[in-house]
Amino acid sequence: MASSIKILLDKCIGCTFCVKTCPFVAIHMANKKAVIDMGKCNLCGACVAACKFKAIELNREAVEKKDLSAYKDVWVFCEQKKGVIQTISFELLGEGKKLAKKLGVKLCAVILGHNIESKIAELSARGADKIYIVDAPELKSYQDDPYTNILVDLIKEYKPEIVLCGATTVGRSMISRVAVKIDAGLTADCTGLDIDEKERLLLQTRPAFGGNIMATIVTPNHRPQMSTVRHKVMKEAEIHKGHKSEVIRKTYSGDVLKSRTTLLDIVEEIEETVNLAEADIIVSGGRGVGGAENFAIIKELAKTLNAAVGASRSAVDAGWIPYSHQVGQTGKTVCPKLYIACGISGQIQHLIGMQSSKVIVAINKDPDAPIFKVATYGIVGDLFEVVPALTKEFKKILKK
Amino acid sequence: MNIIVCIKQVPNTTDVKIDPVTNTLIRDGVESVINPFDTYAIEEAVRLKERFGGKVTVVTMGPLQAENALKEAISLGCDEAILVSDRKFAGSDTWATSYTLSCAIKKIGAYDVVICGKQASDGDTAQVGPGISTHLDIPQVTYVKKIEDISANKAKVERMTEEGYDIVETPLPCLFTVVKEINTPRIPSLKGMMKAKSAKITKWTAEDIKAEPKSLGLEGSPTRVVKIFTPPARKGGEMLSGDTADVAKELGELLKDIVI
Repeated sequence: MASSIKILLDKCIGCTFCVKTCPFVAIHMANKKAVIDMGKCNLCGACVAACKFKAIELNREAVEKKDLSAYKDVWVFCEQKKGVIQTISFELLGEGKKLAKKLGVKLCAVILGHNIESKIAELSARGADKIYIVDAPELKSYQDDPYTNILVDLIKEYKPEIVLCGATTVGRSMISRVAVKIDAGLTADCTGLDIDEKERLLLQTRPAFGGNIMATIVTPNHRPQMSTVRHKVMKEAEIHKGHKSEVIRKTYSGDVLKSRTTLLDIVEEIEETVNLAEADIIVSGGRGVGGAENFAIIKELAKTLNAAVGASRSAVDAGWIPYSHQVGQTGKTVCPKLYIACGISGQIQHLIGMQSSKVIVAINKDPDAPIFKVATYGIVGDLFEVVPALTKEFKKILKK
Repeated sequence: MNIIVCIKQVPNTTDVKIDPVTNTLIRDGVESVINPFDTYAIEEAVRLKERFGGKVTVVTMGPLQAENALKEAISLGCDEAILVSDRKFAGSDTWATSYTLSCAIKKIGAYDVVICGKQASDGDTAQVGPGISTHLDIPQVTYVKKIEDISANKAKVERMTEEGYDIVETPLPCLFTVVKEINTPRIPSLKGMMKAKSAKITKWTAEDIKAEPKSLGLEGSPTRVVKIFTPPARKGGEMLSGDTADVAKELGELLKDIVI
């Protein structure tokens, strides 16, 4: 039977609470009764839980329970660039270990690349019980086809229960393809992962609507359960030298390694050494900075703190700083330990991109700027005075 | 050059507000707009058509109201618009959505390039574009910030990465997902608006696109939303005031543990 949802008209008193609860704007009132627009409804059940009068009936289709017991272990796709394992991979190994422990299974690292034999010790020290390694010249740098093909092949052969991957450019491009190829469920940009121990299900919590609501998502009947996770949300696995791992080396040849696309060149253009997504600290400038040359004081503070430089949309659109620095809805979503917003008013589109930062400092002339509503510490003042003063102070603290 | 653009109608973020008492979303009077990233996809498609001739077909999966988004796309230069709408699509996750759109693209027929926005502003998954290319079994380049060169059978593009960009060559047909840097979208012309007004939107159902019923909507979706909640609102904190040097010192003290 297909799933269905309906309003029980005799029970609905027209309180409109479901209308407010629905994250998909699928419910409206007509003749003082709730009406569900099935074109918009996602059958998420938020309204059912919200209705105090039990006036909404949701029947989810009874799916035949598949035997999923052949699927075991938690896998982490460990992304390397130029032979350097990306820090997000260590964060995933840290989180993966917890999940594997709850399930009583092994934590496995998967790494693809060329001349990466030396990475085994690194992944082992981060707690991987098993390491799958595929080393081939064709895998030196990421390309969609060979990486997708190999991961699909490995998953089919070794049947992991869970696959975690960083929500990076590479991760998001590759893992979406893998999920479609193997009919797996995939949840993007998770900020919380846990295990429902009774059902052996991965509980994946993620923000939606720019972080205004949170949704918990499960994959009941497909394996593996796959998630991408944002940078800096999970804690890095600690290093334990001497930890031993089982190593499985796989070799592939022929079509699996072929790529329809060709990587012609890799261009690095971030002026600062720290990239936004991986930064622990970000110093951002907005309209208040007033010009490209004025970004020097933002960069100076960033350099002192070993931080990355961010920017609001208006600073980018004015041409003061390249788009790759933009934080917000049409730029990047970041969650560093510390975000210092200088001369940024805090439009909702910017807040969406940075409001999950652990500590936010806002410096702005306008005491009514919306940025102060999310700031841990706010300073009303001229950024041209405050920012250099902070640089000076931090230099002192850091003995630079 | 025949180009297909996939778009999504989303709630306008600027209108979304949180009720301070109940801590839920206030959605009354929220206007629906074309997903911001999709406006760059539309613009790039129209620019390719202007250079090489051909046709831009815009397609969306959604409720009947999504017709407005398609009309706007026509006003911006798209030639044909298709609304894929069916109650059977309710509950689709990214797997089922990308499958449904790939069925519609197959029905549209011959194309050289499919362009999607990097991600939608409501779901933020960035999964549908790669999902479509996989269902269609065509190559993809994601996060495209520039099409350097394009000819009848191949394209050279710049793909934005965390550190800079990759230069990638791909055979056609292929799928691109695009970022904001690729262009500055035009505003609709008067002529475009007139055209949109009288434009006929083609409507296709699940049956029209010959989709496998088992792969649609909730049934075709491996994932299930089990809980939806509002995160605790972030509270504004402490305001520091006084002499600049003193404030800097105070803040330095407060942030010492983070920066060291």
